[in-house]
Amino acid sequence: MTPTLNLWLIPVLPLAGAAINGFFGKKSSRTAVSTIALVFCGAAFAWALRVAWHFSSVDLPYQEYLAHWIRSGSFTADFAFYLDQLSLVMLLVVTGVGFLIHVYSVGYMWDDPGYYRFFSYLNLFMFFMLTLVLANNYLLMFIGWEGVGLASYLLIGFWFTKDSAASAGKKAFIVNRIGDFGFLIGLFLLIQHFGSLNFVDVFEKIRPIAPETAGAGLLTAIGILLMVGACGKSAQIPLYVWLPDAMEGPTPVSALIHAATMVTAGVYMVARSHVIFERAPGALTVVAIIGTLTALFAATIGITQTDIKKVLAYSTVSQLGYMFMACGVGAFSAGIFHLMTHAFFKGLLFLAAGSVIHAVGGEQDMRKMGGLRTYIPWTFLTMGIATLAIAGIPPFAGFWSKDEILWKAYQANWIYWLIGLVTAFITSFYMFRLLFMTFFGDYYGHQVDAHGHARPAHGHDDHGHGEPHESPAVMLVPLMILALLSVVGGLVGIGNGFEHFLAPVFGTGEAASAAGEGASHGMELLLMFVSVLVAASGAVLAWVLYVSKPYLPQKIADTLGSFYSAVLNKYYVDELYAALFVKPLVDGSTNILWQGVDRKVIDDSINDAADGALHVSDNVRHMQSGNLRSYAGWIAAGSAVVIAYMIWLGVGR
Amino acid sequence: MSVHLVLFLAFAAVALAGAINLLAQTHPINSALSLIAVMAALAGEYLLLGAEFVAALQVIVYAGAVMVLFVFVIMLLNAGVEERTKGSRVAILFGVPGTLLGGVLIAWVLLRHSGTGDVPAGALPGAPATIGPLLFHEFLLPFEITSILILIAIMGAVVLASKPPSAPVPPREGN
Amino acid sequence: MVPLSYYLVLSGILFACGVVGFLIKRNIITIFMSIELMLNGVNLSFVAFAAHWHALAGQVFVFFVMVVAAAEATVGLAIIIAVYRTRETLNVDQVNLLKL
Repeated sequence: MTPTLNLWLIPVLPLAGAAINGFFGKKSSRTAVSTIALVFCGAAFAWALRVAWHFSSVDLPYQEYLAHWIRSGSFTADFAFYLDQLSLVMLLVVTGVGFLIHVYSVGYMWDDPGYYRFFSYLNLFMFFMLTLVLANNYLLMFIGWEGVGLASYLLIGFWFTKDSAASAGKKAFIVNRIGDFGFLIGLFLLIQHFGSLNFVDVFEKIRPIAPETAGAGLLTAIGILLMVGACGKSAQIPLYVWLPDAMEGPTPVSALIHAATMVTAGVYMVARSHVIFERAPGALTVVAIIGTLTALFAATIGITQTDIKKVLAYSTVSQLGYMFMACGVGAFSAGIFHLMTHAFFKGLLFLAAGSVIHAVGGEQDMRKMGGLRTYIPWTFLTMGIATLAIAGIPPFAGFWSKDEILWKAYQANWIYWLIGLVTAFITSFYMFRLLFMTFFGDYYGHQVDAHGHARPAHGHDDHGHGEPHESPAVMLVPLMILALLSVVGGLVGIGNGFEHFLAPVFGTGEAASAAGEGASHGMELLLMFVSVLVAASGAVLAWVLYVSKPYLPQKIADTLGSFYSAVLNKYYVDELYAALFVKPLVDGSTNILWQGVDRKVIDDSINDAADGALHVSDNVRHMQSGNLRSYAGWIAAGSAVVIAYMIWLGVGR
Repeated sequence: MSVHLVLFLAFAAVALAGAINLLAQTHPINSALSLIAVMAALAGEYLLLGAEFVAALQVIVYAGAVMVLFVFVIMLLNAGVEERTKGSRVAILFGVPGTLLGGVLIAWVLLRHSGTGDVPAGALPGAPATIGPLLFHEFLLPFEITSILILIAIMGAVVLASKPPSAPVPPREGN
Repeated sequence: MVPLSYYLVLSGILFACGVVGFLIKRNIITIFMSIELMLNGVNLSFVAFAAHWHALAGQVFVFFVMVVAAAEATVGLAIIIAVYRTRETLNVDQVNLLKL
């Protein structure tokens, strides 16, 4: 007997918290606001744990119908929730990491005047993300999809009085929207050809269809369109440009939304739609290529960035590329595994970066940091663990998931593996670069910056202290929990445990690899060894360049000259987009739509109509002249017309 | 060319001459006299059609009372030759041609398409003896209403044309 | 034998003269007389049709038209007298206070 899990509580609890904080938070004390936010988010996490506890006793996939929504002819879409192993993984990650970040934010945002607003938005985000993850049909998922975009906009532009923050929020939302356009068309195709958006219905109808190996067909089109949506949400080429700008938001936002949860929605969606993708090899190839290229591309940009958060942002884009590469070669469970471990260590990296920023009073430029490990040892420890994890050093979490991906990529096509390997090297390099620049060497923060004052431009908090200091416990505890998870989180992958857990969802599509695995187990071990070597060499190179011989990087940069400045300027992609898309659109909108259509056509037509009425009445008013004879004249003329007409009528017959 | 037609044309010529003269004269009294001539000619036309009672009424009431009233008022108000003032362009431009057009059209229709036959002289004798019963039986209601109408007209005329109330008479000396 | 249409044409011409007189004359009394002319033309038409259709009602109607014309002339002339008292003019072009 399937007990009712009451899944609906999980999204609704944070929604209640958002509402309470949103309406009453302004007048409440910070303690009250944080209590509400933490209680509701924690309750959602606790309920998710309960769901996990009862997981084995329910029939899967478990669907829970909440309310009737759309019934239009034969098309139905309801407020209903869907639970299977994939959803459970996402659920635990979102609520767990989300709760930790909520706790962290209590400390980080304590001095901010918009405290209640922050938590309201954060809870709102949790609601939408959980809706996205738990939805049983694409339409409800799309609501969550759009909702997290909205929450992202609100949170990126949280300090909305700052121009750059407001613009970054707009950019994120608009670029997301472009992806959503593709997503929607994919959904329309699904409705048109399969008459439904329910996962169960759609996949049932698609399962019997043979894979489109011969050429591109309907499923390929749908797959590519869904991927366009995922590119927007998960910041892949060409729609990744919003993610680095999104660092304008507070650091907990970057941690939660742009590392652990929202950007992974694209990966989740692709994994959920694996039935479609498995039957559209063309689309899968597109996914893999986009993922691989993005991974490499973003990693190269990450090498040169000096803002600590920007490095992490490009790192996120790169790691997301890994996840898509995994999905693209059919290893969906490996992609989800990396999603999980990435949530741990990237969330930790961002939170620790926030701790660093908090310690140095708001400065984000790494060149003004250095030698912080003596001042903030706990932050250093946790960040170090996260760096080891992301670089792929065993036995930390990142190693297991990244290696899984590389192995599956190798089995598909060695080029993917090679690019993945190079990217791993670069990843290790820039992450250790970040670690060394921030925590080793001498502290440069005492220097006055170019503007002649010691306050940094990012004005996060002004404690007015001269010495970097450790963060309060409320910020450190989540760091430590995430560090623990970064250490042990990957161990679930040993012996393909994670893959087997997700097998009911993804099927044993790796039948080929399973058969060949036994034979090439040795190959797997060899590749594992190679990737560890590569990661270690990246760390060593970073040590050389940034600790032992700190003068070298500048020399290398000068030697590379314009190539270096191109990379530093993110390959001028933003400028390219601005010239290609933004400027024509804005100019066209100003000149054609505003001046031309709105002013000339719409406004002028109304004005002319009014003027016309004025002129007509001006002329007609002369008819009422008070002159008897003119009245008589009009009567005579009018009656003559009537007589003529009647005669014409009469004569005509 | 029967006598009937000749007589008809004679009376018609007088009527038309009177009508044109009414338009042509500048002094209202000349126009009034022309109108009297028109009415007399029309009385002749009525007689040709056999409407004796109507013809008599035309002369007695119309020419004899209404036109006399007109002449009285002209004399009372000392109307002179009318001066030329800037009138209405519309009346001249649209009204007159319109009227003429209408008139011509009607005439054309009547003359071309009249399938109506001839009207013999004295076709319908309308002696008082025949009109009277009609008047007091079928048309009693209009008869009575027109009498009330006349009563109202009299009262209205008296009120409208009376001298406006003048200043109060000053008290006689000695009172 | 005079065709009916002759009578009607004569009636029409008289009526048209009345209208033209109304339009081109400036003296209010003359305008009134044009109205009487119009009414006369209509009366002729009535009597002619009465003779044609052998319906005495036409002649009775002429009786009523005359009565009404008399009443109308009475009241109208009284109004002209009243207007003359205030405006001191019989020119209809100068009595144009009801204008925009």
